[in-house]
Amino acid sequence: MTAVRTPTLAAVKLVFKRDLTLAWRRWDEVTQPLIFYVVVTTMFPLATTPDLSALSKIGGGVVWVAALLASLLALEALFRADVEDGTTEQWVLSGQPLGYLLLAKVAAHWVLTGLPLVIMSPIVGTGLGLPTSAWGVLMLSLLLGTGTLSILGGIGAALTVGVRRGSVLLSLLVLPLAMPLLIFGARAVAMQMDGDSPAGPLQLLAAIFFLALSLGPLAMSAAIRISVEN
Amino acid sequence: MWTWFHKLASPPHAYRILGNLAPWFGWASLALILVASWWGLVKAPADYQQGDGFRILYVHAPSAWMSMFAYVVMAVAAGVGLVWRIKLAHAAAAAVAPIGASFTFLALATGSIWGKPMWGTWWVWDARLTSELLLLFLYLGYMALRASFDDPQRADRASAVLALVGVINVPIIHYSVDWWTTLHQPASVTKLDKPSIQIAMLIPLFIMIAGFQLYFGWAVSRRLRGEILRRERNANWLKEAS
Repeated sequence: MTAVRTPTLAAVKLVFKRDLTLAWRRWDEVTQPLIFYVVVTTMFPLATTPDLSALSKIGGGVVWVAALLASLLALEALFRADVEDGTTEQWVLSGQPLGYLLLAKVAAHWVLTGLPLVIMSPIVGTGLGLPTSAWGVLMLSLLLGTGTLSILGGIGAALTVGVRRGSVLLSLLVLPLAMPLLIFGARAVAMQMDGDSPAGPLQLLAAIFFLALSLGPLAMSAAIRISVEN
Repeated sequence: MWTWFHKLASPPHAYRILGNLAPWFGWASLALILVASWWGLVKAPADYQQGDGFRILYVHAPSAWMSMFAYVVMAVAAGVGLVWRIKLAHAAAAAVAPIGASFTFLALATGSIWGKPMWGTWWVWDARLTSELLLLFLYLGYMALRASFDDPQRADRASAVLALVGVINVPIIHYSVDWWTTLHQPASVTKLDKPSIQIAMLIPLFIMIAGFQLYFGWAVSRRLRGEILRRERNANWLKEAS
């Protein structure tokens, strides 16, 4: 007797497509973090100074902090609906490697929130006095950083999925873990603006991304199993 | 070997053994801390630059060391609990977390008190202080996650995953913060407490660290016993024992 099983790659693609389709149909949930992102960055000139040359000193850091907060905001509900309606339970039982399915979900989530943040960052950065020469590094650092953050946040979301009022808890768990990203990302932008080569911090960001990519699915599937099994 | 291990991991045995161990840890740590305090505060020579101010080192450095040691102990216990599903290991991780957090807080507080006369401010974004602060956040996150579950088993396993993710992240955080401050600050500030320390100052420091380790053993034994009592409150062996 041979049970016919969907190839893993096909299953992963299905999950990815499903999440994108669902997001298209509830568009406002995708746009809200982006609006939040713009609103947060608007607060800094208001709180400090409208002088662009003064703002440009902290501009890279502000864009980074705002991006971290915005993508965390969106992560909170990542697994909730699927756990509540039993989809995740079926995944656990399906015999497919759970980590890959969850990673596909995180990847879809990143395409919907992380990628728009990266694309919008030059516009937001211009408002904070970042020169055009820093755009490339800003976007590249955010590209690597939001990817890692989506995986870290995925672990946090999987751990807090069964918890009442999990959003504050999620930030409390994930933000300390994301500090290295902030340090390297913001410094890469600052180094580019000072005329240094930002290769070092960018490579470190890439290294952290691949570490998260390789170990993250393990942690996520362990966390989801704990949340689902009871 | 394995039967011994399983016997040890059973709550009644652990409860009894911990009860026997605790006073040894307690008295030994008290003796060592008293000796080290006298040696460090009275006998050791004053620092030629910092005068008597450096003596807070004897609290600061051991607590900083213990804060990291406790995190590793917690993560190892959590990992053992997760892999072999030993409830006692989870209970140990739960018992260690607040102790580790207290040591971290103590290290931060003494560091900032030390900073006031040495650096002129209560706080500088020094590499070691900053990573200690982030370590405190990790402890607080761990305890917050543990507290937010009603079901103790889920709390155990979910927080164990977090502890393991955290322990992989601790070195990354440490080195990133190191890298960040070396870019920002002149090294002279952080070098103040680093010039080759004299042997006469070092001996009491080692005794103090040993004393703190034993204190940790005492505190964990006590807290773990409490944790076992709380978890096994309906078990038969407790009714028989009391």
